[in-house]
Amino acid sequence: MQRTSDQASDAKRWGAGVAVFAVLAVVGGVSSAYVISLLTIVLLFTFMGQSWNLMLGIGGQLSIGHALFVGIGAYAVAILNIKYGITPWIGLLLGAAIAGVVGAVLAWLSFRFEVRGIYFALLTIAAAEFARIMFGGWDYVGGMQGLFYPAPSGTMDLAMLRGDSQFYYFVALVLAAVGVAGTELISRSYWGYVWRAMRDDDEAARALGVRTFRHKVLVVSISAAGAAIGGGVLGLVQGSIFPDSIMGMGISVDVLIGPVVGGLGTAFGPLIGSMAAIPLHHAMGSLGDSLGIPGLNSVAYGAVLILVVWFLPDGIWPAVVRLYEAVQLPARSRISQLRKVEE
Amino acid sequence: MTALLEVRNLTKSFQGLVAVNDVSFSLEAGRITALIGPNGAGKTTCFNLVAGALSPTAGQVLFEGRAIERNPPEAVCRMGIARTFQIVRPMKDMSVLENAMVGAFSWTTNVKEARSKAYESLERVGLAGKASARTDQLTLPDRKMLEMAKALSTRPKLLLLDEVMAGLRPTEAAGVVGVLRKLAEHGLTILLVEHVMRIVMDVASTVVVLHHGAKIAEGEPSQVVADPAVLESYLGAGFHA
Repeated sequence: MQRTSDQASDAKRWGAGVAVFAVLAVVGGVSSAYVISLLTIVLLFTFMGQSWNLMLGIGGQLSIGHALFVGIGAYAVAILNIKYGITPWIGLLLGAAIAGVVGAVLAWLSFRFEVRGIYFALLTIAAAEFARIMFGGWDYVGGMQGLFYPAPSGTMDLAMLRGDSQFYYFVALVLAAVGVAGTELISRSYWGYVWRAMRDDDEAARALGVRTFRHKVLVVSISAAGAAIGGGVLGLVQGSIFPDSIMGMGISVDVLIGPVVGGLGTAFGPLIGSMAAIPLHHAMGSLGDSLGIPGLNSVAYGAVLILVVWFLPDGIWPAVVRLYEAVQLPARSRISQLRKVEE
Repeated sequence: MTALLEVRNLTKSFQGLVAVNDVSFSLEAGRITALIGPNGAGKTTCFNLVAGALSPTAGQVLFEGRAIERNPPEAVCRMGIARTFQIVRPMKDMSVLENAMVGAFSWTTNVKEARSKAYESLERVGLAGKASARTDQLTLPDRKMLEMAKALSTRPKLLLLDEVMAGLRPTEAAGVVGVLRKLAEHGLTILLVEHVMRIVMDVASTVVVLHHGAKIAEGEPSQVVADPAVLESYLGAGFHA
């Protein structure tokens, strides 16, 4: 009984996921350029938020410096492509590998010396800021002036990952889908179980044979690699890379706002949260510009965060699921009761 | 009978305070041994030394003839020694079944295999009916049973139970005793740390008594309760049965 109902809800979840991404694919075919470019950013941050979510929501390790990994990915793709004409596909793989190693080393050193929890989070900020300043002073990568991709020709070139904004929308859509499905798969795998165990109680997990040290290093490394892939594509979409924007605190916040608003540790949370927060951020930015109130977008972020933490502390998505169950389950039990009465 | 676990001259001091002082005992395979003593006797420290949660200042812990006292808890668990915690520690955002699955991942990476092992462990402690429940829906006795099921999923040769009956009513404790007996019948070796002597009397075949960190008695329950040193440690000097 137990297993069949699990399978049923599994099938329902996957079905919902396919439906959501099918709708998003249609939206990409019919929407205006502005909506497409905005949704591209939303989907990229869904993917990067998902990688962050894997680390905190499932692995229990907080990072407030994911801009480090996003930046590594963006620079890896840009340096290889702009300076040597090498396809971004190689850059994405290389960036992911470098970020994975950097993440693993950071986690290894940190956890080896018992730097945990909020202190580890502070360390991630320090590492990201260190990298930002280093890249800003590094002439080879353009320093503070950054790196520019050549203007897109408008023709689609999958081998070189070049194309118009609609092309990038679908690249971002595929990434987001991979992120959501990947999180779901990892969460249901051996890794997912031991990661959630160490998230809930490290000492108790160790007593059950979970080698938490290596699993923490692993989850940080995988999360870093994911963020780097997202960063590589983000750089391509934006057409230019500056240390202050791609490795700044702003990116770290953009990455985590989706999962925090949408629902930590859930497969759909980062998508829902990014959908809610990023367009608002942009809209408030434009409104602020036209009204001459700079920083209105940051106020909007702050307001959304406070509202969510106050009213929906575990995020929007879990609240939606609870609402759905509250409506569905009583209806079903009423129906089954009616059937019994009829019999 | 061969000893599954041998504790040799185990000593642990915390900044000068000697919590466990030169304690030696051994556990025979397939039997239930109880480690008892009044508050502050060093039972839990001794337990944590065996489980790898603490490293001894001196002495050895031999499991199947190998010295294990410098291994971290996860390695000790993987060798076949599983433990429970005195204060129950369920993974709060995981279901009862998922909690029980975690232990199985110490020997398999196959989720299906882990799930069926977890069901089996839950059945052995009588929790199979609550597999999909959340852990905060469980009563205290059920949570104690879940601690045991989690440990059983690791396929232990030796089960260490830290005051598994503390806080339970007599009828609930009797249920735990029944489960322990059945586990021992199936060949599992159990080391029980208990504060209350009465509980261990009918379940343990051997009792080790600690007082002020040192072993003061060892033997069958009936011998131990008649030992003047044991009575004195529990009831104070001048009391004689």
